[in-house]
Amino acid sequence: MSLLSGLLGNIAAATLSKDVRLEWRSKDAINSMLFFALLVVVIFSFSFDPNAEESRRIAGGLIWVGFLFAAVVALNQTWARELRNQVLDAYRVSPAPANSLFLAKALGNFIFVCVLEALMAPLFILFYNLRALGPGWQLIPIALLGTWAIVVNGTFFAALSIRTRSREIMLPLLLFPISIPALLAMVEATTDVLSGEYSARFWIALLMAYDVVFTIASLFLFETVLHAE
Amino acid sequence: MKFLFAAYAATWIIHTVYMGTLARRFNRLRNQIREIARKK
Amino acid sequence: MKRLFPIFAFITAALLSFALYEALIGAPTEQTMGDVQRIFYYHVSSAWTAFILFFINFVASIQYLVRKNDSSDRITNWIVIALGVITCIAAYVVHLPQGIEKSSIASTGISVIALYFLVRKLFSPDNVDALAVTTAEVGVVFCTVVLITGPLWARPVWGIWWAVGDVRLTSTLVLWLIYVSYLLLRKFSNSGQTPKIAAALAIFGALDVPLVYFSIWFFRTQHPQPVIGDGGEIDPRMLHVLLLNWLAFSCFAVMICWARYRLEILKREVEETLALESLLEEPRSIR
Repeated sequence: MSLLSGLLGNIAAATLSKDVRLEWRSKDAINSMLFFALLVVVIFSFSFDPNAEESRRIAGGLIWVGFLFAAVVALNQTWARELRNQVLDAYRVSPAPANSLFLAKALGNFIFVCVLEALMAPLFILFYNLRALGPGWQLIPIALLGTWAIVVNGTFFAALSIRTRSREIMLPLLLFPISIPALLAMVEATTDVLSGEYSARFWIALLMAYDVVFTIASLFLFETVLHAE
Repeated sequence: MKFLFAAYAATWIIHTVYMGTLARRFNRLRNQIREIARKK
Repeated sequence: MKRLFPIFAFITAALLSFALYEALIGAPTEQTMGDVQRIFYYHVSSAWTAFILFFINFVASIQYLVRKNDSSDRITNWIVIALGVITCIAAYVVHLPQGIEKSSIASTGISVIALYFLVRKLFSPDNVDALAVTTAEVGVVFCTVVLITGPLWARPVWGIWWAVGDVRLTSTLVLWLIYVSYLLLRKFSNSGQTPKIAAALAIFGALDVPLVYFSIWFFRTQHPQPVIGDGGEIDPRMLHVLLLNWLAFSCFAVMICWARYRLEILKREVEETLALESLLEEPRSIR
């Protein structure tokens, strides 16, 4: 705990540990995400019924589309929880910096989605008989960078969409167009590693650039969005 | 040749439709303004 | 201003008809593609117009957020000037790849500064948001034209309607998606905070554009596609017609934006009046 507050600052650490504890006790987000991702795996495996060669080509796309859809479930809950008891209003009038709230929320979502991926990845491998022909260790940085790309934009856009009429529909509508380059990079990098035909290095660099650009942009703009009336 | 005409026609259809929606919105607004004026 | 509009509309109509004549009859016929190549005059000029409108939307969104506060306004002004100057210097210092003119990069840098300060001069801090809505909406209309004329050109020339790997067409599609989501956001939230969150989204969208471009560019190198080159040098007569069409469509875009902007301002005034009225009426009803 003290290490965490040293790294992030007190407020971010407190918010993060509160969110993680809430999730640990209720397991709302992780359960719904897990079940959702499981459904995606099963439905996709029925609808494509691929052999090993084919599955190597399409698995990257399936995995990441599944995780993206599942992540939206968790992202939608990020701010909705704070809305219920006017916690967000309390935050707005408090002198606490907005960015530490954003970082805590983004990190919390990052942890949840990473846990989901760690649990779902073995299942994917079993269902599609996957074996990486390229350097398999590269999948770890791809997964981490890709998850952060989804989560940092998702947390920001969730904060935008809670101010609209139909918030749950709005989040994917905002998030998906913007994350097309990130999704393309994740899918292509994963496919490259699995098929071993090309190097995934360019895609990893693109993901890094995406993460840096949008993390900075989110930190710059989050205060405006939070304090928007 | 028919692709050429299709493209040019499509361009102007899109622009006309958009101008139509603009005109409709202007009309609706004008009615609203008239109503406000009448109330006063 | 109001009397100027019909005059401007007349000039635009004349320009558009002349440009249409030049594109269909005046311009020479392309040797390999034939008459279908003439789609290019509408396609490319609409694309340039759409990109400029989206860029103005980006500028207006930044200004909406920045001009609320004096110090951030001043800092942003200097950043814009610095960026423009650095671009100009870099154009002459950095070794550019073949085919890119130094002067075109430098003039882009200068026009970015000019555009930023022009928008700043012409629109008050409250009205830049109306400008942002206007340019986004009209930009989406022009972008739709690009996306429809593109496949109509691709079909006879490449034999397919849509090439997933074509960098320009696919990036334009993604751009279109981003701005449609922007318009949806504005539609779904009509309250005092809409301009702020919409401006934030517009900035995110604009930052996304280079990433989209590079990702699709690299995607193409891995997935072989029909080679779609620029065809080398463009005939000067064709370039002339293209520029004429572009001028005509820019005037048309300005005209439409003008109308859309007036609509937005009027709508806001009406909404304000209605809100004020409901405030004034309430005590009477209590009595």
